[in-house]
Amino acid sequence: MSSDADKHECSCGKGLTRRQFLTSAGAGALIVTASGHLGKDQEASAAVIKSGEETKITLLINGKQFQMLVEPRWSLLYVLREELGFTATKEGCGRGECGACTVLIDGMPRYACMTLAVEAEGVEITTVEGLMKGEDLGPVQKAFVEHDAFQCGYCTPGQIMAVEGLLRKEPDPTVGQIRQGVSGNLCRCGAYPHIIDAARRAAEMKKSGAL
Amino acid sequence: MNESERNIYYLRGIPVPETPPPGKDPAPWKKTDIVGTSIPRVDAYERVSGTARYPSDIHLPRMLYAAVLRCPHPHAEVMNVDTSAAEGMPGVRAVISGITSDTDFAWWYSKEIKTKIFDPLCRFEGEEVAAVAAETAYQAWDAVRAITVEYKVLPFIAEESKSLDSSSPLLHPNGNTAKTDKYSRGDVGAGFSEADIVLDETYRTECELHMPMELHGCVASWDNDRLTIWESAQGVYSIQSRIAEILGLPLSKVRVIGHYMGGGFGSKLQPGKYTVIAALLAKKTGRPVRLFLTREETFLAVGNRPPATMQLKAGVKKDGTLTALEFSCIATGGAYPANGTGLVDWLVRDLYLCPNVKTETKDVYINAGPSRPFRAPGHPQAAWALEQMMDALAEQIGMDPIELRLKNIPSFSQGREGNPPYTTTGLRECLSEGAKAFGWEQARKYSSGSKENGHVKRGVGVASALWFAGGGNPPSTAVVKLFSDGSVNLNMGASDIGTGTKTVMTMIVSEELGVKPEMVQIEYADTATTQYATPSGGSKTVPTEGPAVRAAALSVKQQLLSFAAADLKTDESSLTLRGDEVISMKDPLVKVKIHDVTGLKKRGVIVGVGYRGPNPERKVVNPFAAQFCEVEVNTMTGEVRIIRFLGCHDSGRVMNRLTYDNQVFGGITMGIGLAMTEARILDRDQTGKMVNRNLHDYKLPTSLDVPKEMKSLPIEKPDDTANTIGAKGLGEPVTIPTAAAVANAVYHAVDVRMMKTPITPLQLCQALEKGGKEGSK
Ligand code: FES
Ligand code: FES
Repeated sequence: MSSDADKHECSCGKGLTRRQFLTSAGAGALIVTASGHLGKDQEASAAVIKSGEETKITLLINGKQFQMLVEPRWSLLYVLREELGFTATKEGCGRGECGACTVLIDGMPRYACMTLAVEAEGVEITTVEGLMKGEDLGPVQKAFVEHDAFQCGYCTPGQIMAVEGLLRKEPDPTVGQIRQGVSGNLCRCGAYPHIIDAARRAAEMKKSGAL
Repeated sequence: MNESERNIYYLRGIPVPETPPPGKDPAPWKKTDIVGTSIPRVDAYERVSGTARYPSDIHLPRMLYAAVLRCPHPHAEVMNVDTSAAEGMPGVRAVISGITSDTDFAWWYSKEIKTKIFDPLCRFEGEEVAAVAAETAYQAWDAVRAITVEYKVLPFIAEESKSLDSSSPLLHPNGNTAKTDKYSRGDVGAGFSEADIVLDETYRTECELHMPMELHGCVASWDNDRLTIWESAQGVYSIQSRIAEILGLPLSKVRVIGHYMGGGFGSKLQPGKYTVIAALLAKKTGRPVRLFLTREETFLAVGNRPPATMQLKAGVKKDGTLTALEFSCIATGGAYPANGTGLVDWLVRDLYLCPNVKTETKDVYINAGPSRPFRAPGHPQAAWALEQMMDALAEQIGMDPIELRLKNIPSFSQGREGNPPYTTTGLRECLSEGAKAFGWEQARKYSSGSKENGHVKRGVGVASALWFAGGGNPPSTAVVKLFSDGSVNLNMGASDIGTGTKTVMTMIVSEELGVKPEMVQIEYADTATTQYATPSGGSKTVPTEGPAVRAAALSVKQQLLSFAAADLKTDESSLTLRGDEVISMKDPLVKVKIHDVTGLKKRGVIVGVGYRGPNPERKVVNPFAAQFCEVEVNTMTGEVRIIRFLGCHDSGRVMNRLTYDNQVFGGITMGIGLAMTEARILDRDQTGKMVNRNLHDYKLPTSLDVPKEMKSLPIEKPDDTANTIGAKGLGEPVTIPTAAAVANAVYHAVDVRMMKTPITPLQLCQALEKGGKEGSK
């Protein structure tokens, strides 16, 4: 992980990472973009609205716009799961400890539980549902199936998003980069060896365009 | 539909096993075509696409969210609960506590001591005091925070070693001893006097928390007097019976559904108080209620692997014969009787040949959350002691640790009355084949060579294990339904807790009927619509449900052949199933397509019911294991890097190699957690509270904490005496020897014994400071 990335994570205070969650080269630059957006929106709204009062926001999720009323304290995770029904994204702790809630924000893996819904306006949010083409699985999902990269499957959507985010930045990651890339996603079933195999396989599938 | 299209249902060219006459046990499979192969899980699509609906994903119309107020003290009496402020808050629909009228229900952690859902006496931090249902989860928590409780704070005890001191507060009127168990065979005194070497050591494993990724909880919904519960559970029937008993409802009024669940590891075998609370809130509000705990609550109130302090004295002769083992253990199941010492002496009693064995275990109360069964209860603790002791004994007599183990392999269970034989034991092969695959001898030498130079030392270690259960048992019922087009529905009550149960059962149906796995639909884990099953625990689901499923598929086959015999006007014993046809073995021209069989067409479906038969009499079905690992120890920082692991397991027939290996790696990963990072830390002097109740401070292994090289080598011995599918359990043995193997490797690297889990850099540095035995290797 670059020291650049470290700095940005600390200063933006989004509590994004656990043990070097973002690892690929070039991650730093992308965080600047993401936190730039988030920072601005936070300043604009946080001071004025009390919990209980709702504010109107528009979220861009999997390429579709969703207009809705939210309490300013609601996390993106809560809104995704409870208000919009995107239940692929899971809650394992609700406070940035486990990675079950990982989604992509502008292509970067982020913990949806550590992002307020009101902060997530103006960014592109991708969930596991967004990797599907209709009923067909995307390459990372297919690779997870092929390599049996899960047991109970509860951490799996988060793992898939972490791998997807990694591959978007680093199409041909080393095993070391993969291990780093999913290190912010706990799997209590311990499917890590298969997750790593699946990530390698997904990289191949993406390269060969075999969807 | 034309003929070739119908063939999509069947596997071409696969000879299905012979059909036994009705009422007869099927012959063991010889060659299998589906069973034993590596196929992706049948529900993989659902799990990776997000369409798998876990109980925590259930969202019903008008559903409320619940939250629980818990006692912040390790020991306190609730004097008063004031919920008036909470009740008036926005979105709040119900508040219940010990002083509201409708909550007077009994609760028990085990039957010896009854308590209440909201008991005025809180014996551990995190006991339930009140609960709220509100329109949003945020509002529920607002209201919980607005409840004021008057506590009378009582003195606490948070250390099991001091629990029996006269100065310690009593948790229960009969004192702080939950139970004492004793066992003895032979004469340990005589055994020790025969020994050339006698060692006596004290080992400790810390309290480990289950921490499945899906939190504990459920959704409860009433229709008049009928209750439906969607619970993250290891078994729906065990939830149903307990809830029905607590609420005084007939079983037919309680429906429990548990399709997907995000891990349990023993902590979700039974319902929690949360299940009852959700039901009570749902009743009071007339609306469905979802109650899932927070991560922090799961650290306090839903079980753990009890911490254990174990003293083990062992005697061995120069030739490697074990002469005596004497084991004593003090452990704690927490604040209530919860079997804190369950099976903790089992490996000492049963793993190695030894004529003289004595054990004594004591379970004491402390003011901490009650334990729940945790993946191979008692075994990883005992392995930590016994397997390190075996290593130490081997060194003392100048023998390779594997050789010492090989010298003491029993073929029968010495820990049980009458020394019944194991149906099969692959312990010898686990050790010897594993050693070969691991390159034990070279690695052992090479690692020893690393001692000369540099501050990074290498070491290799081994540990073996058996698991007390793992053979499965009745009851189990399964139903297989053959549809008129030849596709199949399988109905079973068991849950798939991530172990691949659905996949394995599908493979069994596929094997017997020749139908493609993707043509099998599964209906499972629902007390209203599926068959009875005990919860998934004890590594028994495959050996329990598998034979029932096989029997159900066979029953379908028998009926199909007999209907076809009528159509073909021939004797059914001359018929067999081939692809989509029933065909005569004597005359290949005598045949009929399955979908043309009149008996099937008339009925619409053929229904086959299968039951699990009894286990063999006076025999013991146990899985066995040996694990090998290599570590690198940085003697300057005390850091341990695990470089590689090999899991070598005898669990009978391998049902699906892909999910099998995954299970092996998963067990090793959890064992690495026990060895390296996981420990509940109680502030034992000041407050008695748990101080690391989050996943930052309580560290589960991440992808960076597992070795890059993980291998699995099955010792495949189909156990045809055990049951009709030849499989034994796998889920628990895979985590038993891991921590001990790591400790042995660390010892090999730096000559210091890690007596306690976890092997922290601090502990290691302190031990290095004290020094191992200089220049002994
Ligand atoms: S739920 Fe977001 S990190 Fe655990
Ligand atoms: S698959 Fe169960 S937690 Fe990862």
